[in-house]
Formats: sequence, structure tokens, C-alpha cells
Amino acid sequence: MLDPYKIREDFPILKRKINNHPLIYFDNAATSQKPKQVIEAIKNFYENHNANVHRAVHTLSQEASELYEKAHEEVANFINANGMEEIVFVRGTTEAINLVAYAWGLRNLKKDDEVIVSLMEHHSNIVPWEILSKINGFNVKYIEVNDDGTLNYEAFEDMISNKTKIVCVSHVSNFSGVINDVKRVAKVAHEHGALALIDGAQSVPHLPINVKDLNVDFLAFSGHKMLGPTGIGALYGKREILEEMEPFQGGGEMIREVSFDTITRRCSITWNDLPWKFEAGTPNVCGGVGLMEAVRYLRKLGMENVNAHECMLTEYAMQRMQECQKVKIYGPKDASVKCGIIPFNVEGLSSHDVALFLDNYGIMIRSGFHCAQPLHEIFKLKSSIRVSFYIYNTREEVDRFIEVLKEIEQV
Amino acid sequence: MVSIEDYVARIEETCGEEKDFIVIFKYDKKEQAVAKILKKAKIEKSISAIIFELTFKNVSFRLYGTGKAIFRDLKDKSELQNVLVDLLL
Repeated sequence: MLDPYKIREDFPILKRKINNHPLIYFDNAATSQKPKQVIEAIKNFYENHNANVHRAVHTLSQEASELYEKAHEEVANFINANGMEEIVFVRGTTEAINLVAYAWGLRNLKKDDEVIVSLMEHHSNIVPWEILSKINGFNVKYIEVNDDGTLNYEAFEDMISNKTKIVCVSHVSNFSGVINDVKRVAKVAHEHGALALIDGAQSVPHLPINVKDLNVDFLAFSGHKMLGPTGIGALYGKREILEEMEPFQGGGEMIREVSFDTITRRCSITWNDLPWKFEAGTPNVCGGVGLMEAVRYLRKLGMENVNAHECMLTEYAMQRMQECQKVKIYGPKDASVKCGIIPFNVEGLSSHDVALFLDNYGIMIRSGFHCAQPLHEIFKLKSSIRVSFYIYNTREEVDRFIEVLKEIEQV
Repeated sequence: MVSIEDYVARIEETCGEEKDFIVIFKYDKKEQAVAKILKKAKIEKSISAIIFELTFKNVSFRLYGTGKAIFRDLKDKSELQNVLVDLLL
């Protein structure tokens, strides 16, 4: 098991007081805090190695390029991809999904084709497909969600057909924390000749991930939710699929050659190798270095331990929340099918009221729709409160949270 | 000339059915803002003297000692701004 008290020593922000109360950070599904190792890596990069990557022959550029490439390799190893060719650095999960939508979907999705997404998706796995459907004229179909917040696999298996070209499902719901069986989803998708894109924003930071075992075609995730800096994330794609795809954005870095033909008076362009073909312009080099350090930190802890710690906290918090008369928890009651997230409401109070009350006591939680409005509408919720845990959270923090929650009930 | 921008750092508008407005007062002005509001609005309920349920001109809202307020049931942002002008200026 993890020792969260030892881990907390690595996180300077956790020493802060908010409104004269010790900070309790329970908004990890939105973004995680950063350990000093990541902060130091970023500082060290800018103090000692900063330069643009690739092309320049000077020493600093060579150092920066090596670090940036190494970052791709370490991220690839973290999810058991075949190599850095399968890891494209992007701004985050949203950009990764948009990359697939535009670089793959724009050319491969036609009228009468179908894209399947689920009703539990974050807006970032709904909106790009809806936008693109208006351009290409394909249909977007939504997988129903069961009353307990789990995915309705039977509905999915009934709905998929040979018209389906891609299935886009989150690995872990950012609302309920439910872990979806994406291996099953990918298997069914492949049986129908469709690809499987998995939103791993809430799974890669919390679960051991093996893309070969899951056999998914794309996996999108963000660095900032897994101890890394903001503005960096990754798209995993199977090499053969990425090779077939046209670029997402055009510019420097993603080309091998741009030559001007004096007869046609046009430029002919050849794309760079993977993954650079999809990384146009000067990349977020320092972000990559920070993400590499975050991955190293998590690997040292062991992802099985990370998951076990969050499961323990979720179970404990859900059990203690039963003591609160006006609290209603949504989603499955079994913590083992969830991933560190508890959505709930307090009877008679809006989610924002509860969030402001908790803020008063230094407890940071999320209120609103959490970018999952369709799911709230299905559950007939005006909004909800979400607590989400990570490696540095403790049972004592949960106890304090329950104490304040009981006070809120008296309002 | 003093305006509500002197006191208000940000206004968060929530989406969906619950059209709440969350007003966040400037850090260095929050105590002044809270004092002004408490002077003008009617206190319906006070919780540990850090959270106040208030009414002002038929608008009910909740004020937090941390310098935040949550308004609901307002028509739009301009109605909120009118209320804030009356409360703060």
C-alpha cells in the first residue's frame, strides 16, 4: 500500500491553508497537484536545457531533443505501447480526440456511416463527433447508461452494425468513476470492422494500463490529471493506423520535405515519421519533460498501489457518507467497480452552495455538470457535487470532509 | 468613480437548469464588500457568522465570509449587476 503521508511531503501546495484551514484537495478528477520532482524537472529544463527540438545541431537543441524523445518513450512504456512512434504529444485529451476526429474521421466517415459514443462521455468525446457529423453527414448514436451509472453493454451490442466505423467510449466516467470494460467494447467494435477510441483521461492516472491487452486503437489522456503540467497530454494510436492517417495540422516539424516545383508552381510535401507527423510546430517540450517526470513518479509508486489506495479511500468515504441523512450518492455502491470518484448531492441545497460551504473550510471539490451534461439530464439532476481522490489524500481528510458535510446538513 | 468592478473579481455563471450566479469579490476588497452587503441586506439566517442567508429587494442570496456570494432566480446578468450596484455602491 501507499504511504500518503510520505507522498504528501513531495507536494508543496498541500502545506497551504485556505481560509485558515488546512487545504483538502478533493478535485483530482479536474486536475492533480504536482510533486516537487515534476516542478524541479520543469525548472531544471528551463535553467539548463531549453532549446527548440530537432533540426538544430547545437548542444542545447540536442539535449532538448533527447529529453523530448525520451519523454515519448517513457509514456509509451507506461501504457505498454510498442514504442514512441505510437505516442503523439498533444495539449490534452480534448486535443487528442479532436486529432482523431479530424485526421481520421474527416477522411474516413461518410454519409450513412455511424459513430457510436456513450451517454456518459465528457463533452470532449461528444462535441468533436457532433461537429464533424454536420460536415460529413454521418450519424452519431449514443449508448444508454443503466440506472446505476454503468454502461449498457447489451444496448451497445444491439446498436453496433457494419455501418459503425468508430466507437468512442471513456474508460472511466468522469461523473461516477465507473470503470467501463473497454476491452469488451474494443472486441465488439473490431468484430464489426470498427475502430475503438478510448478516453483515458480518468483511467491512465489511476489504473495500470496495458494498451496491448486492451487492444484499443486509440487512447487519449492528459498529463495534468496524472501529476504532470497542464498543456501536455498524449494520444496513443496503433502504429499501422497512425501511418495510414493524414496529418492533423500542418507546419514545421511534421514535414520531412517541402519542395517547390518550378513547373507546376506548387509545393510537394512529404510527411515526417511518426509521431512527429502529428506534432506540427514547436511542441511543448518542457511539458513533455514534466510529464516524463510524472510518469516516473507514478511508476515508482506502482499503479496497482495507486488504484488500491484510491479504492480504499472511495470505499471508506462512501461508507462514512451513509452517516449523513441528506446526502444522496449516485452511481454504483460497490467501490471496486469505481475509480476514486463519488458524485452526490445534499438534499435542499444546490451543488454550488455545498461547494462554497466546503471551500469555506478549505475543502476543494467540484460542483456543476463536470462537462457531462447529457448524463445529468438522463439522471434528471440539475447538477451534482463530485469528490475525487488521488495518491496524497488520507482517511483523516475524509473524516474532516464528513464532519463539514454533517454541518452542511444543518443549514 | 467607484464601480462594482472595484469590488468584483469574477462572476461565474453556471450552466443548465440551475441558473446560479457566483460572485467572487476581489481579495483585497472582500471584507469591505461583505460589510457593505451585510449593512444593506436583511439577514434571514446566519451560520456560525461565516455564511449568511440574505434578502435584498426580493432577491434572496447567500453570502460567504470568504468573499463569495451565490445568487439564484435572477433573470439575467444585467439584473445581477443592478443588484450588485445597489448593494455595493
